[in-house]
Amino acid sequence: MLTVADLNAWYGLSHVLQGVTLEIGQGEIVAIMGRNGAGKTTTLKSVMGLVDCRAGSVVFQGREILAEPTHLRFALGLGYVPEERRIVPGLTVRENLRLGLLASPNRARETLVIDHIAATFPRLKERLDQFGDTMSGGEQQMLAIARAMVSDPKMIMLDEPTEGVMPVLVDEMLSLFVELKRQGTALLLVEQNVDLALDIADRAYIMDHGTIVHHASAQSLRANKEVQERYCSV
Amino acid sequence: MTLAPDVLALQLLTGLALGALYALLAIGLSLIFGMLTVVNFAHGAFFMVGAYVGFFLYGLTGSFWASLVGAPLAVGAVGLVVERFLVRPLYGRGLDYPLLLTFGLAYVLVEIVRILFGKQGLPFDTPEALSGAVDVWVGYFPLYRLFVIGAAAAATLAVWLFIDKTSYGLIIRAGARDPVIVRILGIDIARVWLAIFGIGAALAGFAGVLAAPLQGVAPEMGDTVLAEAFVVTVIGGMGSLLGAVVAGLLVGVTISMTSLFAPEMARVCVFALMALVLLVRPQGMFGRAGLLS
Ligand SMILES: Nc1ncnc2c1ncn2[C@@H]1O[C@H](COP(=O)(O)OP(=O)(O)OP(=O)(O)O)[C@@H](O)[C@H]1O
Ligand SMILES: [Mg+2]
Repeated sequence: MLTVADLNAWYGLSHVLQGVTLEIGQGEIVAIMGRNGAGKTTTLKSVMGLVDCRAGSVVFQGREILAEPTHLRFALGLGYVPEERRIVPGLTVRENLRLGLLASPNRARETLVIDHIAATFPRLKERLDQFGDTMSGGEQQMLAIARAMVSDPKMIMLDEPTEGVMPVLVDEMLSLFVELKRQGTALLLVEQNVDLALDIADRAYIMDHGTIVHHASAQSLRANKEVQERYCSV
Repeated sequence: MTLAPDVLALQLLTGLALGALYALLAIGLSLIFGMLTVVNFAHGAFFMVGAYVGFFLYGLTGSFWASLVGAPLAVGAVGLVVERFLVRPLYGRGLDYPLLLTFGLAYVLVEIVRILFGKQGLPFDTPEALSGAVDVWVGYFPLYRLFVIGAAAAATLAVWLFIDKTSYGLIIRAGARDPVIVRILGIDIARVWLAIFGIGAALAGFAGVLAAPLQGVAPEMGDTVLAEAFVVTVIGGMGSLLGAVVAGLLVGVTISMTSLFAPEMARVCVFALMALVLLVRPQGMFGRAGLLS
């Protein structure tokens, strides 16, 4: 589904990604882990086309998208829930969800889609007409995920979705991810909580200093305490 | 000196008509700044071009209604071309690049109009159907000024409905706050910016053709009006539609009222008003704090 090869990215003169290579197939959950500043967020941003200076190859659905603008990547079925969530202030929860629909064919059945998503996220259902930015951090995270889901993307990239979210909501979120996987959606998940990530992921990549330093199945990584200690402990 | 209440009331209406034009200009300036972070110094020139296009079409067709529709369309088209080919290459380079560009563009447009229509101002007759005065209970008031208030209100209402009720409006409101998420959600923000610049220019052109019967047309007519429109935008708060309308009317009324007592003080009062508002609320009456941060 997505194949990233030798991806490089720069912020000004600093060479942040130095040859990242990874892939993810349909219906897979793949985790990216690593310390603060390793380049996890930058990897997702580059795949979404939000880093200006980049080189290498990003192939999504058989198409090279490295030079394509962000909105076109969305059109190909790429969803992204950024680390900062980016709930638009001054818009209601419903308007934030509608925003996620406007560029999607699902727009034609807006009411249906929003009803469906409200059923999936009961917490949002009660708050559809509340301003999105007045919700709690966890609720905003739910909204950010819901907003990425309404267009039924083929793959969703999630940057630390569980950060600052209370345990009950985290459990809800994880079962949602498993359900998405069952429906064939690929999930690329950046996660600091190693145990949690390995619980639902099929495979994991470990990043350090802008490159992938380790790649393994979730199962074998769970047993490999040494790698976990070296690259993921805070 | 004491003034009869009916004189004051009529002067208030005159101020509202003037303020309605400022509001139209300020809405465009404010939209363009709020969305594109472009300080459009060509806005006064757009106003002037609108007046001249109206003048030309009025002469050509003999119909004021044709110029009322044609002027905003023509100036809107100019706006689209300017954004697409001149402003767009400058995004991401800081505030001063588009500012200098539009500043220069204003001179170019004024010069083009001078070449085509001459340096002298030209009279613009009030259309037959809208001339004369009507009884507005406190006295007789020029019908055309009432028309200006109504037309500006209609245009403002249309813009507000567009922004508040339509899907395009949702994109505009979101894009003003966070263009990045708009792109992530699959929307080509460049097209939104193009449309906003076009709409802003069209509103300036509409204000220009509305103003023409009040003051005639002249190549420099955009200069003073630009300064006042900026003051209105600052008082109302950059990026705020409501602010543009309220501050536009406030400035219009301030000017017309001071003109009654001390005409030479009119502009000073406007700037004093701006200073006062900024002292109390640096972001303007309806502006958000930290718009530029
Ligand atoms: N906008 C930016 N401008 C300059 N440098 C940046 C920018 N964003 C990130 N960096 C730098 O790039 C490196 C990688 O950052 P990135 O955000 O990708 O790390 P991360 O793995 O997501 O970290 P975290 O776990 O803290 O979210 C860091 O050294 C960071 O300081
Ligand atoms: Mg990060």
